[in-house]
Amino acid sequence: MKTDHNLSYKSAFSLIIKRDLTIAFRHRDDIINPLLFFIIVVTLFPLGIGPESTTLARIAPGIIWVAALLSTLLSLDRLFKSDHEDGSLEQMMLSPHPIFILVLAKIIAHWLVTGLPLIFIAPLLAVLLHLNENSYGALMLTLLLGTPVLSLLGAIGVALTVGIKKGGVLLSLLVLPLYIPILIFATSAIDTAAMNLPYSGQLAIIAALFFGSLTLAPFAVSAALKVSTN
Amino acid sequence: MFHKFGIKIIQKVILLANSQNIQPSNEQTDKQVLLSANELTCIREDRILFEALNFSVSSGDIIQVEGPNGSGKTSLLRILAGLSQPYDGSVLFQQQNIVDHADAFHQNLLYLGHLPGVKGEMTAQENLAFNLALHGNDVSTAEETLEEVNLLGFEDALASHLSAGQHRRIALARLWQSIAPIWILDEPFTAIDKRGVNTLEQLFLAHAQRGGCVILTTHQDLSFPEDKVKKITLDYRFY
Repeated sequence: MKTDHNLSYKSAFSLIIKRDLTIAFRHRDDIINPLLFFIIVVTLFPLGIGPESTTLARIAPGIIWVAALLSTLLSLDRLFKSDHEDGSLEQMMLSPHPIFILVLAKIIAHWLVTGLPLIFIAPLLAVLLHLNENSYGALMLTLLLGTPVLSLLGAIGVALTVGIKKGGVLLSLLVLPLYIPILIFATSAIDTAAMNLPYSGQLAIIAALFFGSLTLAPFAVSAALKVSTN
Repeated sequence: MFHKFGIKIIQKVILLANSQNIQPSNEQTDKQVLLSANELTCIREDRILFEALNFSVSSGDIIQVEGPNGSGKTSLLRILAGLSQPYDGSVLFQQQNIVDHADAFHQNLLYLGHLPGVKGEMTAQENLAFNLALHGNDVSTAEETLEEVNLLGFEDALASHLSAGQHRRIALARLWQSIAPIWILDEPFTAIDKRGVNTLEQLFLAHAQRGGCVILTTHQDLSFPEDKVKKITLDYRFY
């Protein structure tokens, strides 16, 4: 029998991105809920601590980053869970395309609907927390480089727990420790910027984490998915 | 209990599936072996489902895996498709282990499991077009293909508004466009009406005649002539 397929990495990649974005925009809760969660968590702190601007400015980088971690964690479940439940994941594993291409496309689509909106809303929340005006550039840059890492590392945790019925808490326990380096360097960069000092060192480390996870995480996720669907 | 009393129920694996050592093929010699199972053993929850299973599947074969619930039919099909790993043994495609040559094998495989793989947020046509494109098939005729599975008029309906049988039909529609020779279908007739079952059976026969093979599980009796279908029977084992 003749087997003639139209296969290219690019077409497979854009196919998955297009599909996942279509699903996300038809199921808007997935985009709006993590964003609302992010906003609410950040606004709770001034209510709990008090409106004193020096205290808030001191803890603002940490609050924004911790809220970003938690809101990413909240949205991670959707990454592979629904595909696993309805059998689409099986079909992706059996497609003639390398799995890491499909996985990378899914992670990027996830970041576009959950990470990118955080970057747009963060400066507004920073105003709310009296963030030092020198720090805005650092905040945006660390979020731009850091939130993709959150999606990439989180995907490994989701892939490992996707076969487990109630894997929510386990997922947090697996993924949150992996987020610690990002949290440390991102908040340190923002603090350094507030003191008007160069923060390129911290940014370089976050960039290294970004490129490291961008190249390695898809392979780890592919391997984890093979174990989970076994 | 059974184990305690030493009752050994020996599994009969009836291999009518063209195993060369049992039944030398006297048909035309251009029958190509597409897939062969080599000493497959599967263990689930400390229970042996099947042990040292050997058979080969050639082009033109329609193979029905039968057995009671829990006898390992789905496990066998998942192992053949490369989704699960056997406890022991291997599956060979073109004399090569499917684990090591996954990409080449997947180009020649169409597997449909229990779950239809249909997204509720997408329309019937989008679902089919995605499934076809994912496996490198031609997408341009997706609409005509939906007509084949009686979904005309539902192209633009969101799949979440369709029934279980219609989901299954969207998944099965891929069969009409598939150029893969190996079809592995787990309970393809679930939720499909009588006429639909008939159409599918004709499609399987046509696929076998074209030189493909079909491996399926079903609890229904197939309406094919006896000599067209080969059966692999798995018995329920207690130990």
